[in-house]
Amino acid sequence: MMKTNIYKLICAGILIGFTACERPLSDDVEFATYASNGDVFLDGFTAGLNYFPFEGSKLDAFTVDADVSYDGEASMRIDVPNFGDPAGAYAGAVFPTDSPRDLSGYDALTFWAKATKAATINEIGFGNNFGENKFLVTKTNLRISTNWVKYTIPIPDPSKLVAESGLFWYSEGPEDGDGYTFWVDEIQFEKLGTVAQPRPAILNGEDVEQSTFTDITIPITGLTQTFNLANGINQTVNAAPGYFTFETSNPGVALVNEQGVVTTLNEGTAVITALLGGVRAAGSLTLNVGGAFELAPVPTRPAADVISVYSDAYTNVNVDFYNGFFEPFQTTLGGDDLNINGNRIISYTDLNFVGIQFGRVNASAMTGLHVDLYIPESITLNDNSFIDIELQDYGSDAVTGGGDDTVSRIKLPADRLQTGQWISVDIPFTDFTALSNRSNLGLILFQSSEGLSELLVDNIYFYR
Amino acid sequence: MKNKKRLKRGLRVLAAKLPLLCTLLVLASCSTSEEQTVVTFTDLVLEDNFDVDGAPNAEIWNYNIGTGENGWGNNELQYYTSRSENVNVQNGYLLITARKENYEGSGYTSARLLTKGKFERTYGRYEARIELPYGQGIWPAFWLLGSDIPGEIWPQIGEIDIMEYRGQEPTVVLGTVHGPGYSAGQSVSKRYELENDRFDTGFHIFGIEWGPEYINFYVDDVLYNQITPDDVPGEWVFNHDFYIILNLAVGGSFVGSPNAETVFPQTMLVDYVRVYQSNIPNN
Repeated sequence: MMKTNIYKLICAGILIGFTACERPLSDDVEFATYASNGDVFLDGFTAGLNYFPFEGSKLDAFTVDADVSYDGEASMRIDVPNFGDPAGAYAGAVFPTDSPRDLSGYDALTFWAKATKAATINEIGFGNNFGENKFLVTKTNLRISTNWVKYTIPIPDPSKLVAESGLFWYSEGPEDGDGYTFWVDEIQFEKLGTVAQPRPAILNGEDVEQSTFTDITIPITGLTQTFNLANGINQTVNAAPGYFTFETSNPGVALVNEQGVVTTLNEGTAVITALLGGVRAAGSLTLNVGGAFELAPVPTRPAADVISVYSDAYTNVNVDFYNGFFEPFQTTLGGDDLNINGNRIISYTDLNFVGIQFGRVNASAMTGLHVDLYIPESITLNDNSFIDIELQDYGSDAVTGGGDDTVSRIKLPADRLQTGQWISVDIPFTDFTALSNRSNLGLILFQSSEGLSELLVDNIYFYR
Repeated sequence: MKNKKRLKRGLRVLAAKLPLLCTLLVLASCSTSEEQTVVTFTDLVLEDNFDVDGAPNAEIWNYNIGTGENGWGNNELQYYTSRSENVNVQNGYLLITARKENYEGSGYTSARLLTKGKFERTYGRYEARIELPYGQGIWPAFWLLGSDIPGEIWPQIGEIDIMEYRGQEPTVVLGTVHGPGYSAGQSVSKRYELENDRFDTGFHIFGIEWGPEYINFYVDDVLYNQITPDDVPGEWVFNHDFYIILNLAVGGSFVGSPNAETVFPQTMLVDYVRVYQSNIPNN
């Protein structure tokens, strides 16, 4: 091994010697490739590497720690703040280089990491340079432990990374309110040769069928790449649309651009699929495109009389999520997905139930809930059809649980439902009979009868 | 006996015909040559290149069908069939495919081919070129089992595992012998691990060269182990006829069960199986 290295060094020396003898390059020459150096952080910042913390994060959460390292002189130390730290709510940063690197000869980003306690890093990866992030890769919920372990984040398609400047990034918040420290060392791009069996997916591998309308745009979400690693583990990462080649079965009905955004053009059916690195991605989106879409009635109540969760007509409170996942029974896909000429609409498919968490909202001065619903499928409603709407107040602790929550639901029976047109409902709080408090409203939940699996929602607000 | 071909156990050796200049320079710099000849038997006596589409050549291959006793003695989960879904020749390759399906009371199906009663032989060079499947609980093997001897049962009849592999360890294969006093968990075995490569992304050659009182194990051009009577803590039972088995098991005590992460179907692709007879006198 040593001999081989010496031999390589000698070869390199000879090559350098030859290079020095050549005539200088003309100014017209455009370099086809960038440096292929795969080192990110070994014992310190590699040449040209920068540290840029995220806005709102604890700016000094990152330091170079000369006392702790897996190998060599130093490691990256990240101090995740406690909940409520005035210096910042979380630790998060990108590490871009001044000039791009050609990483196409590698198949993974690898690093060693350990923490002061077993923890789960929310997001960690590469391809984030505070720019276009065209080839962003994110490993979510990376479990780390108190001893040094090597982690592998595969490159979804190395051939794309001929000019990448986002070499490393992470984002991690407190765990159960508590901060902690983790260390990362020997961060580098490697050609492992054991990153294999690619299984890309769109829509998280689901075959989704959706009724929709002409002239709308729908982003393809749930983009992942999965590789089997040498240790036998299937490692799945979120991959930016830039890694995929999207296809439509019917360009007269729907087009899809390189960002994975679908635009519907005419009535008909189109199936959207994708490839990654020549491998067919699991999952597809079948769009049954109907005619032009009629938007929900524009709300007319004065803003002063409204607290809005979701409406283009008002300023909305913060929404935590449009499709909180409740294991293991929830099937619902979708969320704040639909955008028709700037009008945002929540769109759900495979609906059984779904929750939107917001606020918290003090609606004590309000008298009712407004919501606009639209059933886009041409299904036959019967006596058993319904949509339930539930409101949850999180109580004085403002979080779910704690014994102070109140919940109440009402039923929209079949005679209040119609397909193919907006259903505008105003529900007085007095109908939510069990909702004894409404000063910390945090969740609205929709549940549908079997067979009623697609629902559009708009203009969710409380009024007086 | 041509002892110059014998190796120290565990010595890893390079093939003589590696063309790389750099490699040669490194080798040349060694004080004593470590070059070894991987194989010496070249007189072909059996060859199946799987050139005819359809069922494998019935003049060479039999099948084991069903679940055997206690999952072929290993708590294996598959039901072996000879259906084309599980065993088929296509485009020059033998495909043995493990499927997740309910069949005859088992949760998986697969296939096990053997030359019992068709080709049984003592000594020789046995090799196959195979691309392996992958995933937790996937257990392919290319092996030899001792022919039936009246009144004797396994492990007395002997077993030579030319290649065994756990789908959850895609960079590692094992070469093993089983005999009386050294079977199952006490078998004499050695791992061979690929560096910067794995066995499920390309074809690799798995072979043994077996003569009186030695079995050499090789992968591609690397001879990675030799087992001799001195290496086994019991009787040397490798001086009679053996037959060839190619199979793809699912689950069992060697690998554990598949889990939600295991992708099905999984296919073991075999490019060829070849046997060269021993050129050592007195066999």
